[in-house]
Amino acid sequence: MRKFISILLLAGFVFYFATLAGGLMIPSSSADRKSVGLEILSRAKGETGAANAVTSVVVLYRGFDTLGEVTVLFLAALGISVFMKGTGEKRKTVLDQSFILKTGSRLLFPLMFLFGIYIIAHGHLTPGGGFPGGVIIATGFFVILLTSESVHFNKTVMSVLEGLAGLSFIGLGVVGLLGPGNSFLQNFLPLGKFDTVFSAGIIPLIYAVVGIKVGAELSSVVYAMKESK
Amino acid sequence: MLYLLSFLVLAMLGVGIAIIFVKDILNAVILSTVVSLVASIIFLYIASPDVAITEAAIGAALTTVVFVIAIKHTKSKETSDKE
Repeated sequence: MRKFISILLLAGFVFYFATLAGGLMIPSSSADRKSVGLEILSRAKGETGAANAVTSVVVLYRGFDTLGEVTVLFLAALGISVFMKGTGEKRKTVLDQSFILKTGSRLLFPLMFLFGIYIIAHGHLTPGGGFPGGVIIATGFFVILLTSESVHFNKTVMSVLEGLAGLSFIGLGVVGLLGPGNSFLQNFLPLGKFDTVFSAGIIPLIYAVVGIKVGAELSSVVYAMKESK
Repeated sequence: MLYLLSFLVLAMLGVGIAIIFVKDILNAVILSTVVSLVASIIFLYIASPDVAITEAAIGAALTTVVFVIAIKHTKSKETSDKE
């Protein structure tokens, strides 16, 4: 069985690299690649309304790709949670953290949370977006979890948040599919005034959803790691 | 610009080699954070701030925390084995 699986994996890798090699055969000059970038830069403003062209690529032109990334992250988090479940016994060791560290982390946590929300909400205007913002929020949770032993948060709320966020990502895509654009993850909202917070159609919505999902996922990963025996 | 970039790349390389020779595993984790941080500065200099912010958040913060938790767990096991 193990041999079969390893052969299957090897075949998969060979197939993957063969596909890549096929792509290498297609002649492409650096001028071609440059023209793609320039084309996106010139069209992104009118088509997506996002001031940050990178975001317009990540969320709209390659939105399906982002959905795949979120799925991969979800599977990784699921695997870690299952693997780290352990025996269910609570760790009894209580570490004596210094008073300064505890107070500092409590002071730092709201600031980090706010900064994460800022990064998520301004994803279509400035560098950043759902993934880094979610990671920053999760890091804020880690700081609290690492320093104060007695902190517990509700796992069910985290799971529900995560599931709802994932569902609304797909739901937003389906609304685009049913709308006038007739394609998955098509923008269906008005673009609004360029370079303001409420602009660029569904990009801020999708980034908010991605941010909630990534933040909840990574927080529960570290919570699971910390609680495991 | 080019000198700064080469300095940063060399610094990254130096820290990366230092990771191998450091005895304490916690120091190695902290040094790998330094590698990520320098990488994010390089990304910022070659005009890709989006990648830089992601590298800083994931490479410098998240990876370190996961490693630190893992080390904490293994160390507590090691000490309990000795007793």
